Amino acid sequence: MAKPDAGKYQPLSYFQLMEVTLRELLVEKGLLTEEQIRKEVEDMRGRTPERGARVVARAWTDPHFKQRLLKTGTKACEELGLDVPGLKLVVVENTPQVHNVIVCTLCSCYPRMLLGIPPDWYKSRAYRSRMVREPRQVLREFGLEVDEGAQVRVHDSTADMRYLVLPMRPAGTEGWSEEKLASLVTRDSMIGVSVPKSPGTRA
Amino acid sequence: MQSRFQTGDRVKVIKAYPPGHIRTPFYIRGRTGVVERICGAFPNPEELAQMRDGLPAQPLYRVRFRQKDVWPDYRGLDGDVVEIEIYQHWLEPA
Repeated sequence: MAKPDAGKYQPLSYFQLMEVTLRELLVEKGLLTEEQIRKEVEDMRGRTPERGARVVARAWTDPHFKQRLLKTGTKACEELGLDVPGLKLVVVENTPQVHNVIVCTLCSCYPRMLLGIPPDWYKSRAYRSRMVREPRQVLREFGLEVDEGAQVRVHDSTADMRYLVLPMRPAGTEGWSEEKLASLVTRDSMIGVSVPKSPGTRA
Repeated sequence: MQSRFQTGDRVKVIKAYPPGHIRTPFYIRGRTGVVERICGAFPNPEELAQMRDGLPAQPLYRVRFRQKDVWPDYRGLDGDVVEIEIYQHWLEPA
């Protein structure tokens, strides 16, 4: 597919046209203002996986926080000052015995409040259909070999809850600050298709 | 609405194919698993999709299934599982 040329006229696609139509109707009928829509888009773009990384790093350094996070995820996030309206969060913990991974086979449910906008592959038909069917093979294609001694636990978020993987803290990070630890936590490690960076890895 | 099942209960997903907006994936219908947790009660999405209020709220469960019970030809390990959120009206005791 050709790359859109910024200077050239491009006809709207079907879905772009639908979006413009819906937006204009909402404004015309007084249900939303243009300013509200602009602000929501700005907020949405402002949410990045760094929010999730902060949560993970806190759980690594504070066992009581970790307990609360695994019990009532949303409340624990609020403790960190993260504004997560409407999020019903379930945090699942990776251990040497269990590797967790998240998928939404029906659509593309994703903890946007903590990870921002999902990557395109997360919404792809291939990921959604194959991750429940042959998770070890798909994880291998992401470069992750799950130990034969560990259980793979796939979470299909089909309804009202949203899921975040709490990855294992990398070895060799004893005494690290929360901030430094957070820099090792990647988006993919919180979806479960990867693990956090090792202390020696270059960013 | 009262929760009909408790954590640890064995449940079977109803094998039915009604039309409309259904949040029970096809691949899990007719399969048996174990309730992992009760997530709370939520308006029924099948009703919400029809512009109705979805009340009374339906208890929602997180059910754990052995992959080998879901896919007879599953190639991973015996211990591998998949967990799915399923509304109460899609479950029966197993």
